[in-house]
Amino acid sequence: MTPDDDLLMKAAQWADAGKHVALATVVQTWGSSPRPVGSQLVINEDSDFEGSVSGGCIEGAVVTEALDVMQSGESKLLEFGVSDAMAWEVGLACGGEVKVFVEKLEDR
Amino acid sequence: MRRDLLDALNAARAEKRRTAVVTKLDDGDQLLLIDGEIEAGGLVAPADVLDAAEAALDKDTSRTVEAGDGHLYFVQVFNPPLRLLCVGAVHIAQALAPIAAQAGYEVIVIDPRGAWASRERFPGVRVDDRWPDEALDALSPDRRTAVCALTHDPKLDDPALVRALRSPAFYVGALGSKKTHANRVERLTEAGLTAAEIERIAAPIGLDIGALSPAEIAIAVMAQITLALRGAKGR
Repeated sequence: MTPDDDLLMKAAQWADAGKHVALATVVQTWGSSPRPVGSQLVINEDSDFEGSVSGGCIEGAVVTEALDVMQSGESKLLEFGVSDAMAWEVGLACGGEVKVFVEKLEDR
Repeated sequence: MRRDLLDALNAARAEKRRTAVVTKLDDGDQLLLIDGEIEAGGLVAPADVLDAAEAALDKDTSRTVEAGDGHLYFVQVFNPPLRLLCVGAVHIAQALAPIAAQAGYEVIVIDPRGAWASRERFPGVRVDDRWPDEALDALSPDRRTAVCALTHDPKLDDPALVRALRSPAFYVGALGSKKTHANRVERLTEAGLTAAEIERIAAPIGLDIGALSPAEIAIAVMAQITLALRGAKGR
């Protein structure tokens, strides 16, 4: 388990380097969502990210929300799916639905 | 997530402990569950959520739980990796190691006989050349470990089986015909194992799919290990 291939070690490493960090986790899925429950994306204040919460269709939106969560410190539960009003922008091409929990990694 | 919780989580994962993070999705409060004990975090979770967390760990599946208190909690499972300990660097082990690795197992082939356990015969596989009793004591099979005794040699198989059967390993299999196994049962009984312990051995090893070649036997063994891990769906 090295920081290079392990997301949660990466998160700790970024925090140690003085960066704000957020974690995004798939907590629920319906239909044919591309990544299983528990999949994670870690994001830092420079918008660098590692991991995935979808096949690439919602990562951009999740990173934007994560930057907001880093600022406010308030966690968020995001929902993405074809029925979403934002579907044209960040919907899942596969027709699945997914809930993503975004939280800030608190400073030491 | 609190930083102390992340550090404790990373430490528990490195130590291959049975770990889960429970998050209350309303406000992000969390707790860290390690080997059944709450080790970090400020969340006070209701009992049904902690039960659900243990069930999720058993199933090796992270999930969101709607608790009796009407709130949603997310259980993220961090189980130790699956391991397969193969006693005997034999032909079947050569076929089994890559199949098990593909199924997500860390494979360790144990054989003190140097000529058998050579790098050339097991490219990319961890080979342990200690005697099986020593190796099993050191590797300490846990609930995510399967053990296969494949040598046909009681001097090697039996000490490994004794340790595996007294460990929480979720699968213990031994190669050999019914007759070979009957003799083995006698020896293990003499060695002091109980009937219930001995009954845990899958023998003759592997699901009965008529396997003949080493590769086919390896498939039968991997299928049986998978069944022990996941349970049948009853379709």
